[in-house]
Amino acid sequence: MPDPIAVANAIAAGVLLGGFYAAVALGIAIAFGLLDIPNLAHPAFVVMGAFAAWQLNSQLALDPVLAGLVMALPFFVLGLLVYRLYYVCFERRGEAQLQGLAFFFGVLFITEVTLVLTAGADYRSVTASYIGVSISVGGIVLPERMLVPAGVALAMIVLLHQFLVRSFMGRAIQAVAQDEQALRLMGVSPVRVKALAFGLATATAAVAGALLIIVQPVEPSIGRDFIGRAFAAVVLGGMGSLYGTLLASILLGITESIVSDMWNPSWAPAIAFGFLLPTLALRSGGLLGRRL
Amino acid sequence: MSNRLFAALIAAFVVALWLAGRLVSNEYVFFVGYAVVQYVLLATAWNLLGGYAGYINFGTAAFFALGAYIAVAINKLVDLPMPLLILAGGIAAGALGLLMGYLTLKLRGVFFSIATLAMAIVFQAVITNWNFVGGASGAYVLRPTEGPWGGSYVEYLFYVMLAMAGGAVVLARGIERSRVGYGLTSIRDDELASEASGVPTLRLKVIATVLSGALMGMAGAPLPFYVAYLDPPSAFNLSYAVNTIAMPLVGGIGTWLGPVIGAVLLTAVQQGAMVTISSAANLLLVGLLMVAFITLAPNGIVGLVRGLAKRPSTGGNNK
Amino acid sequence: MTNSMGRRSALAGMLGATAITQSRFAWAADPIKVGFSIPQSGGLAALGKQALLTMEIWASDVNAKGGLLGRPVQLVTYDDQSNPANVPPIYTKLLDVDKVDLIITQGTNLTVPAMPIAMQHGKMVLTMLALAINDKFKYPRFFQTMPYGPHGKQSISEGFFDIAMGMNPKPTTVALVGADAEFAKNAVDGARDEAKKHGLKIVYDRTYPPSTVDFGPVIRGIAATTPDVVYVGSYPVDTSGMVRAARELNFRPKLFGGGMVGTQATTLKADLGEMLNDVVSYELYCPAVADKFPEVEPILKKYQPAAKDKGIDPQGYYVPPFTYATMQILEQAVTGSGGLDQDKLAKYMHDTKFKTIVGDVKFGPDGEWDHQRLLWVQFRGLKGQGMDQFTNPSAEVVLHPSEYRTGELRYPLGPGKQ
Repeated sequence: MPDPIAVANAIAAGVLLGGFYAAVALGIAIAFGLLDIPNLAHPAFVVMGAFAAWQLNSQLALDPVLAGLVMALPFFVLGLLVYRLYYVCFERRGEAQLQGLAFFFGVLFITEVTLVLTAGADYRSVTASYIGVSISVGGIVLPERMLVPAGVALAMIVLLHQFLVRSFMGRAIQAVAQDEQALRLMGVSPVRVKALAFGLATATAAVAGALLIIVQPVEPSIGRDFIGRAFAAVVLGGMGSLYGTLLASILLGITESIVSDMWNPSWAPAIAFGFLLPTLALRSGGLLGRRL
Repeated sequence: MSNRLFAALIAAFVVALWLAGRLVSNEYVFFVGYAVVQYVLLATAWNLLGGYAGYINFGTAAFFALGAYIAVAINKLVDLPMPLLILAGGIAAGALGLLMGYLTLKLRGVFFSIATLAMAIVFQAVITNWNFVGGASGAYVLRPTEGPWGGSYVEYLFYVMLAMAGGAVVLARGIERSRVGYGLTSIRDDELASEASGVPTLRLKVIATVLSGALMGMAGAPLPFYVAYLDPPSAFNLSYAVNTIAMPLVGGIGTWLGPVIGAVLLTAVQQGAMVTISSAANLLLVGLLMVAFITLAPNGIVGLVRGLAKRPSTGGNNK
Repeated sequence: MTNSMGRRSALAGMLGATAITQSRFAWAADPIKVGFSIPQSGGLAALGKQALLTMEIWASDVNAKGGLLGRPVQLVTYDDQSNPANVPPIYTKLLDVDKVDLIITQGTNLTVPAMPIAMQHGKMVLTMLALAINDKFKYPRFFQTMPYGPHGKQSISEGFFDIAMGMNPKPTTVALVGADAEFAKNAVDGARDEAKKHGLKIVYDRTYPPSTVDFGPVIRGIAATTPDVVYVGSYPVDTSGMVRAARELNFRPKLFGGGMVGTQATTLKADLGEMLNDVVSYELYCPAVADKFPEVEPILKKYQPAAKDKGIDPQGYYVPPFTYATMQILEQAVTGSGGLDQDKLAKYMHDTKFKTIVGDVKFGPDGEWDHQRLLWVQFRGLKGQGMDQFTNPSAEVVLHPSEYRTGELRYPLGPGKQ
C-alpha cells in the first residue's frame, strides 16, 4: 500500500512539472492549436529565451522571471517577422502543411546553431534566491525552483485566456481560427490578426525559456527533447483550448512523476506518451478540444 | 515506359555501378555512397505514405531502428548473411507498420503525425530497456572484414543498399502508376470524397504504411554493421526523421523521382560539408538549404523543372 | 614575419575546419599528419572543443621546439557532430584520402565505429575518454589514456565503495541510480558488482531517461528505501538535477555521489555551488593535487584565456590535462620508436613508462593504464555559487587513492548551506 503522503507528493510534483510543460506548450497551443501553423521551431525559441534570460541574469543580475518578461517584447517582434516570412512563402500560396513543417524544421536548426555559435556549447544556469529552497505544506515538499515556474505559467495562461475571451483582438484571433472569411467580411485583416497571435506565441517562448533555465541547466540542443511533449500536450488537450493544453500538460506531468517515483523512471516518457494514443483514438478532438 | 523496362534499366544501372566499383580502390567512396543510397531508400519509403497519401510520418526512426535492432539481436544469436538480416528487419518493421496502421490511420492530418511521434518515443523507451541488445549502453557489432567478392565489407553493404534502393524506386514507380497509387493520391487530395466514391481508404493506407515501414526497416538492418556500434540515441536520431521529410520535399513529393533527387542532393551536401566546413556551421547549412528550397521551390526540384518546362515558347508546341 | 597561429586559430575557431598548425620556421620536410574526428557540435561538443583547443596548444608547443623528428605536426580533423554514424566516413577519408600518419580518437561511442577501420589499416589507435573498448576488440595496437585501468567499469565506483566501507559503522544498504546512457549505465553496472563484492544490500536499482526534467520523483523513490549509500551515474544536466532535487527535498543519506559527469565541469560546479557540499564524485585533476603534478598549471595558463574566448570550460581541470598528456605520449612514442611504423609504435607504447604532465603512465597488455587512478573527491566548505572558490585546494578534498589523499570523509551528508 503506497503511503498517501508519498502519493500526494508525487502528484504535487507532477502538477508543478505539468505547469512548466504548459508554459513551453503555450506558444504551440496558440500557433498550432489556434492558427494551424506547425511551428516545430518553438522549442528552439524557448531555448533562445533561456539563453537571453541567462545573459540578463549573469550580466545585470536580473531575476530570471523578470528577464523573461523583458524579453517578451523583442520576441514578439521576432514572431511577427517569422510569421511574415511564413505567410509570404507558404500561406499566401496556399501550400500544404508539409512545406510549412519543413520550413520550421529548418528554422529549428538555424536557431540551434546560431545559439551554439554565439553562446557556446557549454551548460548555462541562472542564479535566483528561490533555487535550492523548498516550502513544506502539510507533508508535501514543494521546491520553489518548480513552484515559481508553475505559478508564472498559470498566470500566463490565465492572462492569455482572458485576453482571448474578452478583448477585441483576442476574439478576432479565435475568429480567425474558426472562420477566416467571415472575419474578412467584418473588415478585419486576418493576416494582421494571425501575425499578432504568432507574435504572442513567440513572446511566450521568452518567458517559458526563462522558466526552463530556472528548472534545469540549458545547452543549445535541448529544445529537441521538448518537441514531443509540447505537441502532445496541445493535441491531447484539444486544439484551440489553452486550458486544455494546461490540463493535458498537468496530466503528462503527473504521469511522469508517479511512474518515476513509484515504479521505474525509465518508463515514464513511454507511459506518458503511451496514453496519448488511446486518448486520440477515443476522443480525436482531444480532451477539451473543438469538434473536428 | 512500362515498369518492366524501367526495372531492367535500374538493374542495368546497378550492375554498371558494380563494374565501375571494381576500378575504385578508395574506400571513402563506398562509405559516402552508403549514406547516399541509404537515404534514397528511406526517402522513397517515406514518400509512399507521406508524398502519395499525404500522411506525414514522424516516426521514421521507429521503423529504421527496429530494423537495426533486429539485425543486432539476430547477430548475437546466430551468424546469418546480410540479406537474411535485412529480410528479418523488413518483416519486423512491416509488422510494426501494420500495427501502427490500425492504431493510428483513423486519425487525420496532424493527429496522425503526433501519434507517429508518440509511437517512436514509446518504442525508444522499449529498446532502451531491452538489455539483450545492449539497452542504453549500446551494442557493438563486429563486422566481417571482407565481402563475398573480395572487396571490403562496407563496399558489399553499399551494393546491397544500392540494390534495395533501386528496388524501392521501381516499386514506387510501379505503385504510382497503379490503382493503389491513384487511390493514395485521391486520399491525399480529398479523403472524404474518395471514401465516398468507394475507394477502400483504410486498406490502401495500411498497404502504404506496411510497405513504407518495411522498406525503412530494411534500410536500418545494415546500419549496425556500417557503424559497428548502435545505441538508442543514434538509432533514433532526430536527423533521420527530419531528413526523410526534407528530402522528398526538396526533390518533389508525389513522384518516385523526387525522393531520389532530394536524397542524393541533401546527403551529398551534408557529407561534403562534414569534411570541409566541418563544424556547427554544418547544421546551419542544412537548415538554410531546407528553408531556401522549401521557400523558393515548394513543389521541389521536380516541380521546378516541370514549371520551367511548361513555360510556353513563342506560340510553339508544348511538350 | 607574422605568427600565423593567431590568425589561423581564429579562422579555425570560426569554421572549426581542418586545424592547420604551422610555426614561423620554414620547414624542410613534409608534415606529420595526425588525424581524428572530434565533436564540435551536438551533445558532446563541450568536451570536444576543450580537447581540440588543448591539442592545438600541444601542436604549437611541439612545432615551436622543432617538431617531431624534424617534421612539423599538422592536425587534420573533422566534426562528427557527436553522431557515431558520421565516424566511419570520416576515418575512411582521413586514412584513404588525407593519408594521415597517426590517428587519435575520443569518446566511447565515437571510438567504436573507428576501430574496424583502424584495425583494417593496421594503425595504432590512441584514445581518450573512452571506456572498456578493448574488451570487445582485443586489438594489440589500442591504447586509452583515461586512468580507468584494467577493470574499466568497476573503476568508476571502486574508490567510491572503498570510501563507503571506511565509514563507522559500516553501511549496509545502497541505492543505485543512473541515466539511460552509455557511460552512466556502465558506471552503475560496475557499481552493482562492487556493491555485491562488499556485501551491501541493493535496495534501489533503477535508471531514468536523460530527458527527465524533474528529479524530485526519482529522489523521493530512492529516499523511500532509506539507503545508507547512494551511487549515481549521471551526465551533466541530470547531475545538476539530482543534486538540486536531493538538496531541495533535504535527502541526506550517509554518502551521496558516484560517477557523476558534470561535477568536473566548471560552469556546472559554479551553479551548484554550496549544494555540492559533502557530495563525493571523481576528478582527473584538481587544485588539491596541483603540487603533485606541477607541470599542469603552465598548460592551463595557456588554455584558460583561449577557452574564455571560445565560451568553453574556463578552468579546464577535466579534459585539458589528460588530453595534453595523451599528445605527449604520442610525441614520445614517435620520437622514441624513431618513426611512424605502426608496429614499432605499438611495441614502444607497451614497453615504455611515459612521463607526462599528469604523472607516469604505463600501459597494460590490454592497452589501458596498468592501474586505475581516478581521484575521488568530496566537496567542502562551498558558499553560495561561483566558480572562483573551486580554484582553492580545500574546495575538493581528495579521499582516494591514498597517495593523493588530502583529507578524510565527512559523513553523513550535511545540509547544503553550511
